Amino acid sequence: MNLALRDAFLSAAAALGLFLPMVGFVATNTDQGLVLTYRPIAVAVLVAMVFVGRLIAVSWRGRSARPQQPNAELAARFAAAGKYLTPLLLVMALLLPLSGSRYYVDLGTLVLTYIMLGWGLNIVVGLAGLLDLGYVAFYAVGAYSYALLAESFGLGFWTCLPLAGILAAFAGLLLGFPVLRLRGDYLAIVTLAFGEIIRVVLINWVSLTHGPNGISGVPRPTLFGLSFSMDGGEGTVAGFFDIEPETIQRVVFLYYVIFGLALLTNWVTLRLRRLPLGRAWEALREDEVACRSLGIDVTNTKLTAFAIGAMFGGFAGAFFATRQAFVSPESFTFIESATVLAIVVLGGLGSQLGVALAALAMVGGLELLRELLTEIAEQMGSPIFAGLAGELPTYRMLIFGIALVVVMVLRPRGLVSGRTPTATLPARA
Amino acid sequence: MLKVSNLTMRFGGLKAVDDLSFEARAGDITAVIGPNGAGKTTAFNCITGFYRPTEGSIALTHPDGATFALARMPGHRIAARAKVARTFQNIRLFAGMTVLENLLVAQHNTLMRATGFGVLAVFGLGRYRSAEAAGLDKARFWLDAIGLTERANDPAGSLPYGAQRRLEIARAMCIDPVMLCLDEPAAGLNPRESEELNQLLLRIRDGGCSLLLIEHDMGVVMRISDHIVVLDHGKKISDGTPAAVRADPAVIAAYLGEADDDEADAA
Repeated sequence: MNLALRDAFLSAAAALGLFLPMVGFVATNTDQGLVLTYRPIAVAVLVAMVFVGRLIAVSWRGRSARPQQPNAELAARFAAAGKYLTPLLLVMALLLPLSGSRYYVDLGTLVLTYIMLGWGLNIVVGLAGLLDLGYVAFYAVGAYSYALLAESFGLGFWTCLPLAGILAAFAGLLLGFPVLRLRGDYLAIVTLAFGEIIRVVLINWVSLTHGPNGISGVPRPTLFGLSFSMDGGEGTVAGFFDIEPETIQRVVFLYYVIFGLALLTNWVTLRLRRLPLGRAWEALREDEVACRSLGIDVTNTKLTAFAIGAMFGGFAGAFFATRQAFVSPESFTFIESATVLAIVVLGGLGSQLGVALAALAMVGGLELLRELLTEIAEQMGSPIFAGLAGELPTYRMLIFGIALVVVMVLRPRGLVSGRTPTATLPARA
Repeated sequence: MLKVSNLTMRFGGLKAVDDLSFEARAGDITAVIGPNGAGKTTAFNCITGFYRPTEGSIALTHPDGATFALARMPGHRIAARAKVARTFQNIRLFAGMTVLENLLVAQHNTLMRATGFGVLAVFGLGRYRSAEAAGLDKARFWLDAIGLTERANDPAGSLPYGAQRRLEIARAMCIDPVMLCLDEPAAGLNPRESEELNQLLLRIRDGGCSLLLIEHDMGVVMRISDHIVVLDHGKKISDGTPAAVRADPAVIAAYLGEADDDEADAA
């Protein structure tokens, strides 16, 4: 009991240190400029919650000293669940636009973009074991490739999509060469710098990229040459099918485009895993020296991992540009790389389903929670919920961090940590 | 087969291998022995391309007459082209991958060629399917040989120590080597496992692959080697058949720890 009390006090002290600056002070914009207001009660409530929670957690654990569930059993159960979960998620994703709500389709598009980025990064981090903190650089290269090609040469989305992928893959090679000999922490730092270099170049190369102003008017994608413009005339989707032009048509189309791109990423990754190249990536992650002793060209193998991972980042970037119709360096900050990496780590390195679940929870879940809180606030007319809903985006990173810590404590190898073998011995003939 | 001439490897001021010359004949089991720190593993790393020797040359002649200057080849080519396979003193398996996958990774170059630069096979084209079937057959052959067929789909890291040693040898054999270099294959094995290992090595030799092994365990060395090279302080102090080496006073002196430089020189 004594021990639990001490533990609870320590946790409360740590919580106080954290929440005092984060929750305790609020800078509000008023007529007199920025004014600092204080919220001591909110801090006290949070700290008290941590204290009581910790006290209960520690004393409860002390009383029921049950053994930890064996990991293998859990993994097996997850694998069994995964068998039903994957088709279920697929069908849900496919049917989502039928809801007819623009909000959900937009949210779905955002989630799918992160899923695709997560799957792309999974090739580099999950399979090849190369920690990449600058993945957003390839996303940026893809987005700017499309925006610039469209602006300068008037090329359409479907022409630029493969080009954006190829250019991003080249950027991947460019990053790959200098970091061939690096591993672990050193590799992470260099990739981090690479991401920043790309962003800073985009800001400062004003004559090409228009600097911080970004590029606007990036063309929207077309459906077999039919545009989604609102005039409903010749050569538009609405005109062709003789229906009323509506924005939702374009939104749904974009949703299916990213859905297809994400599925392509997944399919290629799953195929590659079962091919020698994918196996060599995994072998590289396990032991580089042994790879060399078996005659595997470590250089080429690493470079292909960087290039293919980057290519999917580039595809996603081109999609991002066409969806927003606007690109600026602000969309490609380090926090994006960190988010995608967190999704991959949360989901479980190398696990396709895990990445999808993590993206769904981290990107979609938060947004839905905010929506729920707003809904409650409206129904009850409660200012507390309205305030919570309004402030949720502020706490996004805090929630992210807590989720990471919780998952790492409970399931250190990510949500879905099972690994399916890439080959099995056929029955003896 | 393998001809090492005037091999010298310096690390700063230290001469780990000093003017070493020896030959390993085709179809033989050649053992390199010597006390701790004699430079055995360094010489090995030079031969298998993990170190670039300071001086000297290493020439490998294939049975078909092709020759390779190993001292000047990049590490992975030595395995891929010159077909020299190796194992490690501290086992280096792909622990998270299954036993079968370990054997398939070893056939990377053969399988990769069949995938059409990795592109065609993604779309299910090309002749990858038959290549993979052949790869699985070869893997099964070696799994049978080392008695691990039952555990083909278990992670390699979960195998007992002795089985991991055998798997590492099987994995090295999957690159179809003309010469297999083993760094202390019997280390940490019990007498029964050690005996099984001897049988496996003799079987590999009879299959036409020459062996070069570093060994501490004199029992293993004397029983299976055809030819022994003894190193001490980076220098060769004896070279010959097991019987001749066993009788060599310089070897006895080195192993009993009485080897002064004078004595070694005198020998």
